[in-house]
Formats: sequence, structure tokens, C-alpha cells
Amino acid sequence: MKKTPLHDAHVNAKAKMAEFAGYDMPIQYPDGVMTEHNWTRDKAGIFDVSHMGQITIEGADATAFLEKLTPSVFSTLKPNKAKYTVLMNDDGGMVDDLIVTKLNDSKYFAVVNGACKDKDIKWMQSHMTADVMMVHLETRALIALQGPEAESVLRESLSIDTADLNYMSYMEHQDFYISRLGYTGEDGFEISLPNERAEAVWHKLLAHKSVKAIGLAARDSLRLEMGYPLYGHDIDDTTSPIEADIAWIMGRKRANKDFIGAKRVFDELENGAMRKRVGIKITGKGVAREGAEVFDGDTKIGVLTSGGFSPSLQSAIGQAYIDTNAIETGKTINVRVRNRDIEAEITNMPFRPAKTKKTIQKKAA
Amino acid sequence: MSTVKYTKDHEWLKVDGDTAWVGITTYARHALGDLVFLELPEVGRKVTKGDDFAVVESVKAASEIYSPVTGEIVEINEALQDNLDDLKEDIDTGWIVKVKMDNDAEAAELMDKPAYDEFVEGLD
Repeated sequence: MKKTPLHDAHVNAKAKMAEFAGYDMPIQYPDGVMTEHNWTRDKAGIFDVSHMGQITIEGADATAFLEKLTPSVFSTLKPNKAKYTVLMNDDGGMVDDLIVTKLNDSKYFAVVNGACKDKDIKWMQSHMTADVMMVHLETRALIALQGPEAESVLRESLSIDTADLNYMSYMEHQDFYISRLGYTGEDGFEISLPNERAEAVWHKLLAHKSVKAIGLAARDSLRLEMGYPLYGHDIDDTTSPIEADIAWIMGRKRANKDFIGAKRVFDELENGAMRKRVGIKITGKGVAREGAEVFDGDTKIGVLTSGGFSPSLQSAIGQAYIDTNAIETGKTINVRVRNRDIEAEITNMPFRPAKTKKTIQKKAA
Repeated sequence: MSTVKYTKDHEWLKVDGDTAWVGITTYARHALGDLVFLELPEVGRKVTKGDDFAVVESVKAASEIYSPVTGEIVEINEALQDNLDDLKEDIDTGWIVKVKMDNDAEAAELMDKPAYDEFVEGLD
């Protein structure tokens, strides 16, 4: 099993470790998921996400390359701005979801899922043209700092001032690549840094009174509350962006018409998709997990792709793919768990509003 | 007179005549983490040693609880569902079910407290 540069730090902190994406990763620390989850919502949590793939894409054709592989538009994206998007396959499904940051017109920085990175790189390589170069930054770690106190922690612990850094924006500080974004719905940052500096920075952050280390279990409950899809569960190579209800990644004008898998996407935009990803709030007693079937009366209308307990809502929630005809917000349905039907309802997502950084308005001169 | 026995799956049972009160140990409770829901069986259900008869849900996962003995579930502790903190090695409040045993020899074979403590010690 592979190890991140922070592996020793997790083991020394007595984290419960388990395999994830081929790495021995911290699932939770002794405080437990509930505490870690709430701490991130209230203060600031740090997450070792060094298992994720960090890639640069460079060259005169880099923008065209990304507009071929994803349904998003990069030509009009401003430098130092990041975008959430997906790598498409030929059938209109998804190879992975990722964040792509434009560094300049011919250079991008992408962060992909750890479990998908080898597959992604192969897929991208198979579509490369002469004027694109891709580098897998295997010597860099990735630390996410998330929570309402993230900005002050960064200033107080590492003397990095991000007061002027907007949401989904990027800056460099020494050899750190800092992006104001994350997977929790809180304000926060993902900090890419050289492997050899990771442990010292981790401990510096952890020394701050508002910071706790957060494991992958709370990372999952935090993202679930925000309705963010998890690749391999809520989205995969069979689901389209329309089914996943992330058509917004195409932009308002949907100006990119010629990406891989576009035919299905535009068909579904015009004629509707058969199924859609929705939020499920469990109103009865119990917790439903991935794979639980969803019923409207006696009719099966879908299946849960994620499910768990929401510490913020104090109830069980999930994401499901539901037959489009059966979708009606607020409708009472049943989720079958171990042959027992639990009452639930179809809801909009996120389950709680995002508290990401509001755009800073530049003062008029 | 009653005795308390333990299983390798971290259940405890208090044997009182032909009835066993079954719960989970402090070790199990700690390993399960933050519990959010307990699913109980129906009274009258027949269980065979090793069958799962209840499920505890944490934020992250569902875990089954196995019956250490064969018999019939004669009582369930519904109060636990609203007081999950009580689900531990506490014979008065932490029992999950009472099982009327078919064969009390099954319970006799289980570990006593010193043997269980030694078993747990060997796990860390």
C-alpha cells in the first residue's frame, strides 16, 4: 500500500487507518467522525488529501485539449481561476471529476481523484496532441484546510495572507500552490506543496488552537451534506453530467459543443434524461446507505448512491438516482434497508447552504 | 446466580437461568464510534448462534450484532434507541435483547471476564 508524506503523522496521532485509493489513509482520529465533522463546520480542519493526483497541462493546445476532454469552457476563464468539471468518455459518461485551474493561456493545474489518477492520465494521454504536455506532480503533497477560521489560521500559522483571494481562485506563495476551494462547503483552501515540506506544515497548522486533523470519514459526511458527488459512487463512467444534475459545469451559454461524449449530453439536454441525481432526506427511523433501493409505493424508482448520517441536520441523508418521471421535490418515498421500508423525501441539494467565501468586490478607484 | 460471558465479536451476555441478556462491550462501543441508530429485532424471532439480530449505525457505516447463543428473542430494549449512550457494558441499561436459550451449554463455552480482557489486550 502506498503512503502519503503525512502517513507517520496520522499513525502517531492514533488515527484509524485503512486503504483508500491504494493508500493507507486516516479514516478518523480519536475524536471521532461527529466531532471532526462539527469542528470543521465551526472552526477549521486539516485533511491529508495527498493521495489525489496533481497534474499540470501545458502547451499551445492546452485549452483546446481541455475543451475536448471536458464539457466546460476554458478559453474565457481568467488566469488564476479554478473550475469544477469532469473528464468525459465517448459514451457521455464520466472518467472522473476534477478541479482545473488556469495558470495562464497555455498552462493549467488539475487535481483529480486519487483512485482515478492513473486511469485519468492514460485517458488524457490517449487524446494528447503534439502541443500538449502533461506532468504528474508526484513529488507534491496536498493539504486541505477547511472551515470558517481557515483564512485566519493560514495567516496566523503560516503568515499567508489570503484576504484578497476569492472563492475558486488561485495564488502561489513560495512553493505553495494555494486554491480557495474545497469539498466541505466551508470557506477554505487546498494547499499543494513539496512532499518534503508537508509534515512540517501539517504540524504548524495543527499547533493552531482552532485546528484539528480530520479523517476521510468526516470528509465524506461533510461533502454529502453539500450534495457534492463522490466519483465511483454518485457519478461514474455510466452517468452523464445531465443525469448527475451538474449541467452548470457547461456554463450558462453551453458554448463548448464539441467535447468527447457531447452527443448524449445534448440529447439529454433537449429530450431529458431518464434518471437524475437528487437529494434524499430520511424522515423515518434509520440510516440508508449506498445501494439501498428507493420506492414510490410498490414501484422501484431508483437507488441510493451515497447515504449516511448528517451531523448538521441530525438526520440521515443520501443521494440517489431517481427515474425522472418520479421526481417531485418534497414527495414522500420509501428507502428499503434490510427489507424494511423507511420513510424519506426527495429534496433539493445542498442539504445545508454553502458557506464558501463570498466574492470580494473591488472598491471603485 | 448469574454470570457474565463474552464473545470474540465483543458481545457480553448475562446468563440468568435459561435467559441471556445480550449487549456489546466497551471495546466494541469504542470501535463503533459515534452511533446514530439502533435497529432491533422483533420479539419472538428465533436466532441461531452467530446470526445477526441487530444493527447499529454510525455516521459512516452499519455494523451487525451477532447472537452468541441459539434461542428465541423474548424481550428487546426499546429504550436504548433513544439513549444510544447506554449501549455499553452495563447490565441494567445496556442490554439489547434477552434470549431464551435452547442450550445453555453454548453460553458456558464463552469467555469469562479475565479471558476476554486478555483477548482484547492481544488485539491492540
